[in-house]
Amino acid sequence: MNRTLPRWADIILIPLLNLALAILVAGLVVLFIGEDPLRAMTLIIQGAFTPNGIGFTLYYTTNFIFTGLAVAVAFHARLFNIGGEGQAAMAGVGVALVCLAFDWPHWSLALLAAMAGGMLFGAGWAAIPAYLQAKRGSHIVITTIMFNLIAASIINFLLVGPMQAPGSSPETRSFPDGASLPTLHDMLGVIGVNFDRHAPVNISLFVALIACVLVWLLIWKSRIGYEIRAFGHSDKAAVYAGISPLKITMIAMLISGALAGLMAINTVMGEAERLVLDAVQGAGFVGIAVALMGRNHPLGVVLAAFLFGILYQGGSELAFEMPGISREMIVVIQGLVILFTGSLENLVRIPVSKLFLRFRKGDA
Amino acid sequence: MSVVENTEAGRSNSAAPTPPAIQLKGISKSFGPVKANKDISMTVAKGTIHGIVGENGAGKSTLMSILYGFYKADAGEVFIHGQKVNITDSHAAIAAGIGMVHQHFMLVEPFTVLENVVMGAEEGRLLKPSLAKARATLQQLAEEFELDVDPDAIVGELSVGFQQRVEILKALYRQADILILDEPTGVLTPAEADHLFRILRNLKAQGKTIILITHKLREIMEATDSVSVMRRGEMTETIPTNTTSPADLAEKMVGRRVLLEVVKTPATPGDVVLEVKGLNVVDSQGVKKLKDVGFTLRAGEILGIAGVAGNGQSELLEVLGGFRAASSGEIRINGAPIDLSAKANAGMRRARGIGHIPEDRHRRGMVMPFMAWENIALGYHNKPEYLGKAGLHNQTAMREDARGKIERFDIRPPNENLIASNFSGGNQQKIVVAREIEANPDVLLVGQPTRGVDIGAIEFIHQQIVNLRDAGKAILLVSVELDEIQSLSDRILVMFDGVIQGERLPEDTDERELGLMMAGAGNNPANGGNP
Repeated sequence: MNRTLPRWADIILIPLLNLALAILVAGLVVLFIGEDPLRAMTLIIQGAFTPNGIGFTLYYTTNFIFTGLAVAVAFHARLFNIGGEGQAAMAGVGVALVCLAFDWPHWSLALLAAMAGGMLFGAGWAAIPAYLQAKRGSHIVITTIMFNLIAASIINFLLVGPMQAPGSSPETRSFPDGASLPTLHDMLGVIGVNFDRHAPVNISLFVALIACVLVWLLIWKSRIGYEIRAFGHSDKAAVYAGISPLKITMIAMLISGALAGLMAINTVMGEAERLVLDAVQGAGFVGIAVALMGRNHPLGVVLAAFLFGILYQGGSELAFEMPGISREMIVVIQGLVILFTGSLENLVRIPVSKLFLRFRKGDA
Repeated sequence: MSVVENTEAGRSNSAAPTPPAIQLKGISKSFGPVKANKDISMTVAKGTIHGIVGENGAGKSTLMSILYGFYKADAGEVFIHGQKVNITDSHAAIAAGIGMVHQHFMLVEPFTVLENVVMGAEEGRLLKPSLAKARATLQQLAEEFELDVDPDAIVGELSVGFQQRVEILKALYRQADILILDEPTGVLTPAEADHLFRILRNLKAQGKTIILITHKLREIMEATDSVSVMRRGEMTETIPTNTTSPADLAEKMVGRRVLLEVVKTPATPGDVVLEVKGLNVVDSQGVKKLKDVGFTLRAGEILGIAGVAGNGQSELLEVLGGFRAASSGEIRINGAPIDLSAKANAGMRRARGIGHIPEDRHRRGMVMPFMAWENIALGYHNKPEYLGKAGLHNQTAMREDARGKIERFDIRPPNENLIASNFSGGNQQKIVVAREIEANPDVLLVGQPTRGVDIGAIEFIHQQIVNLRDAGKAILLVSVELDEIQSLSDRILVMFDGVIQGERLPEDTDERELGLMMAGAGNNPANGGNP
């Protein structure tokens, strides 16, 4: 574990190079299907930053921050939580139950209660795989993937059954007005800034940013974070230090599930204002790429989440403007980013490390 | 650096201008900014045993890896029997007649001896003719060199000493003329080590050339004709063994005078602090690891547990340290029993006054990617001085505390923010030792305190352990280094196969007797027969 790279290169430079490679290969794919990659790139950027587009970009960013943090926290305990999708989906049920329970007098109360509901359901859905991992050694990658499918089935059942609004498509009835979260348009309006009123970005964005600070405190400043990191680096050393693997596995996964669950306040409460089918829309999986690219650091997660927000929003515009390219192109780029930042990390890291060494030798 | 004219080649051909078996000229190798080998030249005469000594990281292994083709040298030339060779990989090394016996054996355990020997040197599509040929060759080698091993034995069922012979046979079967042995006695009992040296002398008598890498200076004195000293990537000296002494070699390795003997006064034992009775441990495979182990440990004494690795010492430390459950038995600290069930954990042991310097500092004693200050808190990370508000750590206090320990234990470089893996082995161990000793335990468990630690740090760590004893603490020392047990302990227990074979006082016993007990043959001290 000799650190040959300065920290900034590790957190910023390498991910950017990986991204550049991913975009380059994606560009080749675009070229291959007979479209102009430069025009595609321009459309993505433009689409993400139009006055209307930026509101969507930030809305997606909020989702990805939550799911990215979820993956990052679990990863510090060397647990690969693939279940963000299912945890966020179940959290939607929790948020919907809370929002539909009362005629909420004010959105702030509703928000706090819905956060609690979402975190509870998200954490609860992560708890079972965590327990199976800690007690029975059932691999958490496998169990969390299976729990994603189970969650989807449960929600299907709920939305065509007990929770379905009478006479409507498979969705709950709309939440009461008191549970309606202020959008960025509402909030910036107070200080006289005119933000697009149709954009779904809402106060959840700030909840996500606060969550980043809290996760940073948790991982690097708190006692439990110390134990999580010790366990993640070496379970034997953790046991020697009197740290319980069961306790750390449970805590890390509960926090992870709760973070994934918070995503539901953005989508279910902030945007749809009712629970619909497939409210998560793959954000749980994007979280894996975000955490990988952000090197499991909250700051890196914010940057990577914003990047994927751009890709998602820009990608929708791209699909609209260039019918030859479908929205799946973005999934291709996402997959390439995972490939380059995860599996092929050393492809970039080793040459860059060598370059740095050469420079340093030059200094000496 | 210097080229030695070997005075002790001994064989009739030494007078004739026989080219040296190995000649290295100006070998250099860097790993990034680290110069592992700097302009190394060395000559080894045919038919001699040549020792290479040096501290960890001095570059011995790198040099041998270059010779065996694992690494490519940045500069320099290799001559074997006067022929310039270009050793690009281990195949080329074997073709040049070089065989290597690794510290960690490269054997397929479920295979037979014969299959292991043939592996990689099979001829033809069918195995049978190769095996038949190998059987005949093994027979011949066994007679020639006292290397008898049952060719049909399963390697995994052989003792370590025999497994090592299989490694040597593998090299000889490939017609190795030059044999490199890397720390060959680390896992052997003294009797097995003696047998190994007899084999090496036989090989030498047959004209084979042997390079022996070891950190045990006694073995260098005993077995080699000439010795090279390496320090910080350079070969500082090559001298005939009969012109030097262990103290002299140690000084040459470290670059300053070192005390090989531990300075200590007789112990003044106090009350019984630790009492172990009828302790049994069964592992997950149902194998009995500890059988009715019992002993007492008093305040102000060092109790050494001698034994070859894997005879239950690790399990004993793990039970005492709180991360392995016992199946039966009783352990008392200051008269009160401790929990031996699976519910116990290491934190509970610390609360009862047990400190623990674990055997494996890389995986247990430290978290390698953690910084020094984080490692200095490991296991004590919930103590009141370290706690801040709202579940946070008071990292200022933790860093402050680490700086104090780094200064008092002379940990270098004195930087609490350095990642553990960037410290040398000796300084890593000092971090662990500082943490455990300053926690002021009633009982300190010490496992292999100087494994992978350089000589200068060994001296320091031994002194700290003795000082702790003199402060009235009870110390349980487990080590596979018999020298270490003999020089540090006030009483010695010997373990073999999970059983305590007996107790001796260091002044009333010797290595021979302890060695026999370590091999399970020492129950009756009157029995002096060598196995």
